[in-house]
Amino acid sequence: MSELKQELKEKIIEQLNLEDVSVDDIADDDSLFGDGLGLDSIDALELIVMLDKDYGIKLSDPKEGRKIFESIEVMASYIAEHRAK
Amino acid sequence: MNSKNYIQAFSHIKNNTVSLNGNPIYNLPEQNFSVFIKAAYKHLETKYSKFFKMDNLSKLAFLAADILLKDSKSEEDDIAIILSNRASSLDTDRKHQSSISNAEQYYPSPAVFVYTLPNICIGEISIKHGLFSENSFFIFDRFNADYLLDYAENLLQTNKAKKVLCGWVDFDEENYEAFLYLVDKQGDTIHTKEEITRLYTL
Amino acid sequence: MGIISAIGNNVAENYSALIEGKKGISRVAKIDTVHRDAIMVGEIAASNQELIDELGLAPENNYCRTAMLGAIAAKQAVADANISAIKKYKTGLISATSVGGMDMTERFYYDYLEDKNLQKYIEGHHAGDSTQKIAEQLGIEQSLVTTISTACSSAANAIMFGARLIKSGKLDRVIVGGADCLSKFTINGFKTLMILSDTYNTPFDENRKGLNLGEAAAFLVLESNAVVKAENKKVLAYVKGYGNANDAFHQTASSENGDGATLAMEKALKVGGLLPKDIDYINAHGTATGNNDLSEGRAILRVFGENLPEFSSTKAYTGHTLAAAGAIEAVYAILALQNNIIYPNLNFKTQMKEFEITPQTELKEKELETVLSNSLGFGGNCSTLIFSKRA
Repeated sequence: MSELKQELKEKIIEQLNLEDVSVDDIADDDSLFGDGLGLDSIDALELIVMLDKDYGIKLSDPKEGRKIFESIEVMASYIAEHRAK
Repeated sequence: MNSKNYIQAFSHIKNNTVSLNGNPIYNLPEQNFSVFIKAAYKHLETKYSKFFKMDNLSKLAFLAADILLKDSKSEEDDIAIILSNRASSLDTDRKHQSSISNAEQYYPSPAVFVYTLPNICIGEISIKHGLFSENSFFIFDRFNADYLLDYAENLLQTNKAKKVLCGWVDFDEENYEAFLYLVDKQGDTIHTKEEITRLYTL
Repeated sequence: MGIISAIGNNVAENYSALIEGKKGISRVAKIDTVHRDAIMVGEIAASNQELIDELGLAPENNYCRTAMLGAIAAKQAVADANISAIKKYKTGLISATSVGGMDMTERFYYDYLEDKNLQKYIEGHHAGDSTQKIAEQLGIEQSLVTTISTACSSAANAIMFGARLIKSGKLDRVIVGGADCLSKFTINGFKTLMILSDTYNTPFDENRKGLNLGEAAAFLVLESNAVVKAENKKVLAYVKGYGNANDAFHQTASSENGDGATLAMEKALKVGGLLPKDIDYINAHGTATGNNDLSEGRAILRVFGENLPEFSSTKAYTGHTLAAAGAIEAVYAILALQNNIIYPNLNFKTQMKEFEITPQTELKEKELETVLSNSLGFGGNCSTLIFSKRA
C-alpha cells in the first residue's frame, strides 16, 4: 500500500505538472482539492484518465471522482480495491 | 490619425531572450523552448504555480504579459486584451490529435484539450491579473499593426477600456515569438502604425 | 442572413423547424468515431459531396467542410441582402471558427505521406483558410478579411466587431458570422472533459447531463445607415447593443456566479442605452452542461432580477455549434423579432434546484422589440448581443 501511495504521489506530480511540489510535500491525508494541493476540475478529469490508463478503472460520473480523490490515502484504498491492472 | 494615446511599455520574447522596452532582461541560448521558458519564469520571480499546467502558447503569452503588467504602476484593471497570431493553437492541437490517433493507447488528455483554442492564453492572463475586460483573438497571416491600432484606438476613444494590451503571440513547433505592448493615455511612444511596427522589429 | 444547421439548409427551413419543435439531434452518422453510440449530435444532413455540388466546386478543390458550410451560408446572406455588386461599397468579412480544416486533417493525416493528391488539404487546415475561401466565394477584395477564434463566443464577437467597424466608418458593409463542422477532434476533446450527454440535451434542467455538439454556419450582412438609405434596403433588425468581458476564473469552467456573463450583459445594455426591462426575450447560451446553465442562470438573475423576460436555449434543437453558435443564434433572435415569436426550450422537465426560474417551454407569441443573445466561450470569453426592431 505504501508503495502505491508513493507511486500515486509521483504520478500526480508528473501528470498534473506540479513542478513546485515534491513527493515529500504531499502527506497521505492532505486534502488534494480545495485548500490542500489546490487542484481544480481539469486536474480531477486528468486523474480520471489516469485511473483508467494506469489502473483500468473507468469512472463515468465526474462527481464520483471528487470523493475518490479526496486524499492520497483515500485514492490508494480505492485503487487497491478496484484495480484491473 | 492624431492619436492621443501612447505605447507605455512593450515586451518581446524571441530567440531565447526576454526583453522589456527593448532591453534584454533574460537570456538562455542553446536550449529548447521548454527549458528556456521555465528558466525565465524562475529568473523573473513569476511565482505562479499554475504556469506549469499551461501549454506553450499560453506560457509564452503569459510571461510576455506578466512582465508588462507587473511593471505597470497603476492598479488599473480595466485593461482590454487584443492578441493575434498566425498558427492559432496548432502546437497544442497536434498534441491532442496524436493522443486520439492511436486506437490502442487511447487516452486523450483533458488538460491538453483545454488549450486547443488560441484565446485560452488570454483567459490565463485575465485570471492572474483579475481582468474582466473585453478581449479578443484574431488570426492573421502575419503581424498586422493596422488592425491592432484601430481596435485599440476604438476601445480607448469610446471609453470601453482604460488601457489595451495588444500584440502577437505565435507558437509553432520550435518557432515562437511574442511581442506585446500596452497602450495608454501616457507613455514615451506615440501610438501609430509606424511606431508599432518599429517596436515589433526591435 | 444565411444559415445551414442540423435543422435546416436555409433560413426558412430553420424557422419552420423552430416553430414546429423539430429538433435536429441524432446519433452521429458521417464521422467514424468510437463514441458513436455514446453521444448525440446536431449533424447537417448534406454530405461533403453534396456541399461540393451545391457550391459547384472543381474536383481539385481543397475545401474542408467548415469552409463549405461557411461559403453556403455567406452566399445565402449576400443574396438575401440583394447585393449584386459587392464591391460597390467598402465591404469586409469577419468569420469565426474553432475547427477550421481539422475535419480533413484528422481524416487524412496519415495518408498525406502516401497520397500526394490529399496533400492539398494541408493548406486548408488553417483557421484563416476557411475565411479566405468564403471571401473568394463572395468575390470580396482583401480589404478587410479576418478570422476570430475565441471559442464559443467567436461569432458573437465577429458580429460585434463588424458593428464597430461600421460605426467607426472603417467599412460601409460587413459580412459577419461563423462556421464549424463536427470533427473527432472536438468530439474526443469534449468527451474527455466529461461534458457530453449521451442523450438529447436538456438546457436549464435539474437533471441535465451535458451538451450535444453540433455543426452549422450562419452569416449576417451588416450595413451602415448610409448604404441602407442609398440602396433602399429593408432592414431585418438593428444591432442595438453588444458587450464582451472576461470571466477571469478558469480556462474552461465559468465562475459560480457568472461574473463574465453578467458584465457582458450589462455592457451590452449600456451600449444600447437600454434597461433590463426593455428586453423582451433572452436567447440563452444554455449548453445544458452542469456548469454553464448554473452560472448563466445566476448571471441572468443578477442582471434582470424582477424584470426577467422569457428565456430559452435553442441548443436543444441544433446542438452546440461552437464558433458558429453566436451567429446561428443571432439569426434565430432576428427571426424571433420579425415574427414576434419566442422559441421553446425543448426537453425541459425539472426546474433547477438552485433557482425559481424556468425557461419558456412552449412556443409563445409575444410582441418583441428587443432580443438579447448570449454566447459564452472557453477562455472566459463572454459576449452578449442585443437586436432590436428600432434603431
